[in-house]
Amino acid sequence: MAVAEIKTTKPQTGFAEFWFYFSRNKGAVMGLVVFLIILFVAVFAAFVAPHSPSVQNRDVLLLPPGWTQGGQWTYLLGTDAVGRDILSRLIYGARFSLFIGLVVVTLSVISGVLVGLIAGYFRGRTDTIIMRVMDIILAFPSLLLALVLVAVLGPGLVNAMIAISLVNLPHFVRLTRAAVMSERTKDYVIASRVAGAGTMRLMFLTILPNCLAPLIVQATLAFSAAILDAAALGFLGMGAQPPTPEWGTMLAEAREFIQRAWWVVTFPGVAILVTVIAINLMGDGLRDALDPKLKRS
Amino acid sequence: MAGGSKTFGPSVFQRKKGLAPMLRFIFGRLAVLIPTFLGVSLIAFSFIRLLPGDPVMLMSGERVMAPERHTELMHQLGLDRPMYVQYFDYLGGLVTGDFGSSIVTKRPVLDDFMNLFPATLELSLCAIIVAVLLGIPAGVIAAVKRGTWLDQSLMGVALVGYSMPIFWWGLLLIIFFSGYLGWTPVSGRISMMYFFPQVTGFMLIDSLISGQAGAFKSAVSYLILPTVVLATIPLAVIARQTRSAMLEVLGEDYVRTARSKGLSPFRVIGVHALRNALIPVITTIGLQVGVLLAGAILTETIFSWPGIGKWMVDSVFKRDYQVVQGGLMLIAAMIMIINLIVDVLYGFINPRIRH
Repeated sequence: MAVAEIKTTKPQTGFAEFWFYFSRNKGAVMGLVVFLIILFVAVFAAFVAPHSPSVQNRDVLLLPPGWTQGGQWTYLLGTDAVGRDILSRLIYGARFSLFIGLVVVTLSVISGVLVGLIAGYFRGRTDTIIMRVMDIILAFPSLLLALVLVAVLGPGLVNAMIAISLVNLPHFVRLTRAAVMSERTKDYVIASRVAGAGTMRLMFLTILPNCLAPLIVQATLAFSAAILDAAALGFLGMGAQPPTPEWGTMLAEAREFIQRAWWVVTFPGVAILVTVIAINLMGDGLRDALDPKLKRS
Repeated sequence: MAGGSKTFGPSVFQRKKGLAPMLRFIFGRLAVLIPTFLGVSLIAFSFIRLLPGDPVMLMSGERVMAPERHTELMHQLGLDRPMYVQYFDYLGGLVTGDFGSSIVTKRPVLDDFMNLFPATLELSLCAIIVAVLLGIPAGVIAAVKRGTWLDQSLMGVALVGYSMPIFWWGLLLIIFFSGYLGWTPVSGRISMMYFFPQVTGFMLIDSLISGQAGAFKSAVSYLILPTVVLATIPLAVIARQTRSAMLEVLGEDYVRTARSKGLSPFRVIGVHALRNALIPVITTIGLQVGVLLAGAILTETIFSWPGIGKWMVDSVFKRDYQVVQGGLMLIAAMIMIINLIVDVLYGFINPRIRH
């Protein structure tokens, strides 16, 4: 810390300070790098993937990975039961997982922050009603509620994303509410109110920016949880539907081959695991960088 | 409570001694539960009505039904009455223990739940025991050896466990231990060779009571993989939480005091620090109940474990919505009760929140 202060002549910007703490966490930087690679692969899937994710090649059914006996190097991770290249399907699958994570986090952050701000700012009866509704959502195991919601809405990726967003909502509401409640009686908020700031300005411009740190951390965790939940729903047959190369759906299709073709089962899971670990590592780094309580360590 | 500086004795803040504040705390919690329970019942009630079509059409399935027959059935089931009348009727049923009956098997939902619940409970209890017995020591060791390779590898493993898609983890374990090594069976609770009456519903206990040779061993071999799979995430979460709680406590003055008094490191860590560090950990363990039930849905599906998780998934797929409705209600009620128990226990061990 002392070294950094001598080096910098002008005061550190918010981002520079953040990056200073974030980059000290090697795991977080590693997670960020892996995440950027996955993002790159997903965006440029059409150029990166060696084969089409949907073309079925009848000559190469259940081909083992390239380095094992009987494998072909053009099909690096082998093929599935209808002769599709697993690596290409995984690469295209990255699009779905990242997209799911992004949509779910956006939906649940925006609605959760809005509801949480209202509850924490206005308190009283509004707050009580909102918090009771959140308690109701939390009374169900999240996956079960998502499963039943998708059953009502109809199986599919979009409905799975809606269901997962709804299940995630209470965490953001509670977090925002708690942060707002601790901020709203502080001097700077009162000063702003005395100066004549309106309710909207107080809520969104004065209080909200000071509650962001825990929300960013929770959003990262929700991102990885959304990927896991969507994959779980896909695995149960209630998420993305075949032949979509979504990782969980691929695992569901592969289940019957666990005794004879290990690679069909193994690689989609590795893809999910690696992505989720990368995001969780980033989340840990963000928490350390944004939480002033831990900075002293 | 051990140590002075952080926790004040209950007598400092409590005017009344004894059970009165505790009871008030419990009743306060119960009062909050009632509106939540009503809300949960409203969700379970509206669930069937949100589906396309009505329950009679769902029951008839693919068959075409004459309009007169449809009206008659609607009347028979009381579905032509106003919604609020139906809801209060449903609520009345819940209070008397009537959670509806399965469309497929015609059995009462509550009976099926009671029959299947011990299987889920046995699996979940084993999983949480494994998670606590391994997770707390792992977290303590990581905190005490902070920054060493031991800490880093323990937390690395915890991160992997925490990020694990457990349905895939289960499949991998089946491939390796059941397929490749042939050590454990793939699905079910016990080998078909054994028959004995259900006494407790817990296969481990029932197989011991039966006295049949090899029955207990068989039950254990069926239980072991699902337990590992279900314990994975709670284990990782508990280890991480224990580590950070321990780190916080180890920096406190009273721990330094205990050290400088010359107490053995084992006593300082095991008694003075751990006791206070465990308070947030116990909350975490309580919060894992919902996680365990969500995990049970996946674990039971993979291992064909005949518990309520698999039952719910099967019912969703069989479109047996009466079971889904009743099951949702029962599971939510159970989670709320368990959360209440955790809250009360928390009040007992941490007097500061009992205000």
